[in-house]
Amino acid sequence: MTPSDHILLALLIPSIGAVLIALTGQQRNLRETVTLVTAILLFANVLQILPEVLAGGRPALAGFPVTFGLEVAFRIEPLGMLFGLIASGLWIVNSFYSIGYMRGNKEPRQTQFYVAFAVAIAAALGIAFSANLFTLFIFYELLTLSTYPLVAHHGDAKARQGGRVYLLILLTTSIVFLIPAILWTLSLAGTLDFTPGGILAGRADALTTGLLLALFAFGVGKAALMPVHKWLPNAMVAPTPVSALLHAVAVVKAGVFTVLKVSIYIFGPEHLQETGASEWLVYLATFSLLAASLIAVSKDNLKARLAYSTVSQLAYIVLGAAIATPLALLGAAMHILMHAFGKITLFFVAGAIHTATHKTEISQLNGIGRVMPFTMAAFFIGALSIIGVPILGGVWSKLYIALGGLSGGYGFVVPALMISSLLNVAYLMPIVVRAFFRAPDLADDHGYGATGSDVMPDEQPSRIAEAPWFCVVPLCFTAVACIVLFFLPDAIEMLLSGMLEVPR
Amino acid sequence: MLAAHLPALQVVIPLMAAPLCAIFRRGYLGWLIAVAANWFAFAAAILLVFRVLEEGTISYAMGGWVPPIGIEYRVDIINVFVLLVVTGVGSVIIPFARAGTAARFNNTDQAWFYTMYLLALTGLLGVTITGDAFNIFVFLEISSLASYVMIAMGRDRRALTAAYQYLIMGTIGATFIVLGVGMLWAMTGTLNLADLAERIPEVSDTRPVLVALAFLTVGISLKLALFPLHLWLPNAYAYAPAVASAFLAGTATKVAIYLFVRIFYTVFGGSGFFSTTPLPEMFLVLSVVAMFAASVVAVFQDDVKRMFAYSSVAQIGFITLGISFVTEAGLTAAMVHLFNHAIMKAGIFLMLGAIMFRLASVQIDDLAGIGRKMPITMAGIVILGLGLLGVPGTSGFISKWWLVLAALENGHWWLVALIVLASLVTMLYVGRVVEVAYFREPSAKVAVMREAPASMLIPAYVLVLATIYFGLETNWSVGLAEQAAAKLMSAVY
Repeated sequence: MTPSDHILLALLIPSIGAVLIALTGQQRNLRETVTLVTAILLFANVLQILPEVLAGGRPALAGFPVTFGLEVAFRIEPLGMLFGLIASGLWIVNSFYSIGYMRGNKEPRQTQFYVAFAVAIAAALGIAFSANLFTLFIFYELLTLSTYPLVAHHGDAKARQGGRVYLLILLTTSIVFLIPAILWTLSLAGTLDFTPGGILAGRADALTTGLLLALFAFGVGKAALMPVHKWLPNAMVAPTPVSALLHAVAVVKAGVFTVLKVSIYIFGPEHLQETGASEWLVYLATFSLLAASLIAVSKDNLKARLAYSTVSQLAYIVLGAAIATPLALLGAAMHILMHAFGKITLFFVAGAIHTATHKTEISQLNGIGRVMPFTMAAFFIGALSIIGVPILGGVWSKLYIALGGLSGGYGFVVPALMISSLLNVAYLMPIVVRAFFRAPDLADDHGYGATGSDVMPDEQPSRIAEAPWFCVVPLCFTAVACIVLFFLPDAIEMLLSGMLEVPR
Repeated sequence: MLAAHLPALQVVIPLMAAPLCAIFRRGYLGWLIAVAANWFAFAAAILLVFRVLEEGTISYAMGGWVPPIGIEYRVDIINVFVLLVVTGVGSVIIPFARAGTAARFNNTDQAWFYTMYLLALTGLLGVTITGDAFNIFVFLEISSLASYVMIAMGRDRRALTAAYQYLIMGTIGATFIVLGVGMLWAMTGTLNLADLAERIPEVSDTRPVLVALAFLTVGISLKLALFPLHLWLPNAYAYAPAVASAFLAGTATKVAIYLFVRIFYTVFGGSGFFSTTPLPEMFLVLSVVAMFAASVVAVFQDDVKRMFAYSSVAQIGFITLGISFVTEAGLTAAMVHLFNHAIMKAGIFLMLGAIMFRLASVQIDDLAGIGRKMPITMAGIVILGLGLLGVPGTSGFISKWWLVLAALENGHWWLVALIVLASLVTMLYVGRVVEVAYFREPSAKVAVMREAPASMLIPAYVLVLATIYFGLETNWSVGLAEQAAAKLMSAVY
């Protein structure tokens, strides 16, 4: 099979999977098997494309022209390869986790859940592999629409409200800002193809570039740049596997991935630097990452805190895209990967806690580390990776972004990133401290048994009562991956090195 | 030999089929006749498209009487495109009709229904194909009268008042048109459109011609339901039987739009003349108001059929907006949307018909949880709704894309913003239906429901698939529309 066949398969496998899941909905074991097999096949298929990309190839799938200026086509460059690998790879882990979570919490409408999930993954891969802005936009909208049923999954008033905000903000920004941005790009450059070196150099002056960049930055609502970030906390009403894979990895990363793609292949890093048109975005992204961290500190609900943490971490990537020096872009691309593993671990933990004890607030978590040691240890590792502490993967991307900021003449980025890291410590570490070093509250045995209030603080339960293994194994796996990633910066750099090459 | 008479057969076959239905008075037989006649008309339209693409404009002298003495049927790229839309949409809708009409009417009434349907089809095809001004009026009345009857056959007693309302407004419109035609005849001495096109420029400054223009403008605008002359439409669509709603929404207003561009762009001497009148500005303003006002009203409708009827008024605004640009891109956008909207809106009304068939109501509160009981039907509504919204990958996006391109070509940045905002309002009412259907617990009535029968779902899904197909492959829709637009702008009749 040629690489272009693999591209087609990458879109077909999850789509066919979705149909099969719908058909096998009555027998849940069969249905879950279909999900897992689909996920594994998909990842194996995406892996097949990797050697070609590493060798410097740019596998493409010729699409078809739609109408004036619009064409559906696919072409894989390193950044898309990376995003495709992350989305398809973590889907396997997340599927195992989903089984544990959905069954453990006796969630309704599980078939609908798995179908929508498969469609969302297909859309994410479509985004990763698209060769031009129009193709990307189609899948971008498909991703929004396919995740809406997941966000509103519970169907109660709160879920409906969350789903409404989700859809309203994401669709509105894409229609009001992104479509005009695409149109404008087309009228300036005459093409929408992602081209190394950009297509706008020499065709747009500084002001036009700045305005266009603003349309893109806010049009891609999925990047959750302040002030269009409100949909993300609202999306937390979804079941946790959705928050984990989609609202820490696939959906939000699709957003920042689009911003990066636009910065590198539409504007062109050199054009952005020469015109200084992205300077305002550097300031806004810096503000966004600090402000979101501050808000995160104030949240008691675990998932809400993680959501604001995500808003903040996404701003790192937008920051890298705005600085647009090679190092900053490399750091931003890497951060897509590093943050994916760190944040999915944290969400997995939040869901495991909910499954085992039905607790959602941080203030309820005193001493929970004694009951759920594996889970909370994984949380600790994930948190350190988010903070960016060595021997965890998260350190590299932050380092590169900071260095990129220096080389781009934005010295203030370095202290800003340091403050942000401290804020990360401030909102993540207290959870670990509570879990391991505080005594459980009186009358609280974390759902461990029916012993009730006669358990004295000094007689804390020592027995382990973890969430189902389907939940715990995936989160341990991603936590270990955070450590492994620390030792792999060379490999990642090797993959991404071709990202900025401009053929002469 | 038969091929030479294709333009006549296009109209004559449905016309002859109509009394056949009435004579046999058997529901099933009537349905078969209607399907056969409609499919024949569709095949004829396709053949005509190929012939026009090959040979250019076809002139057919009715009964061998040479125009301008006899009536001329004149098929060019503009009206063959509309013939294709009308017969195509009809061909998909009519197979759908069987289950619903058989369940509700006795044999005689079923036969009447198909008779009326075929007459309405005949009328619309006649208006489109004829090259004679008075003939236009005659066919317009045939289609309107048949439509009044079809609407009155709706399930709800309010269908009667809706039909009456439409009758009054429609008759006023038709009267205005015939007055306009009469004045043109008085000034030029001909009713043949081609002759009119030649002679009007000589007298275009005279008062009677301008008065004729005014009568024609108002008359046709009534028929095409241009805001604020749309008042007959919401009730008519809401209370008519599903097949009639789908057919009228997909074809009747579209033919009126065709008539408008035919009169103004070709008969009255082309774009040059159109832009000397205040009409482009007027149309621009009214279209924008329609896009917003009708959409906002749609959001607050509790009857879902009425909601999508108001949506039609808004969508017609998008089409007339394209016409008001007086550019080739604008007309292309208008023609493409005429094509795409016909498919989408007919599809939505068929889906609502399927729900009506099972639930006997399309009140929004009654639809709670229906997404779980009729998943295939609701999925269709969602896809078609996304099409209305203009989501990429659906044909609605292609329409909006061309409209926005046309607006940009004229330098109307602010219009781009308005088009985009109007699409957002569409999102509100489509979203309202989706939310009720999927995220509310099924009511007791809905809980015992089954999916609609395949005989309804298959035709409706042909339209759903067409919406996706024409969102990705536009050689036919945009290709033909572009040629039609070029012809309209060149002002040669």
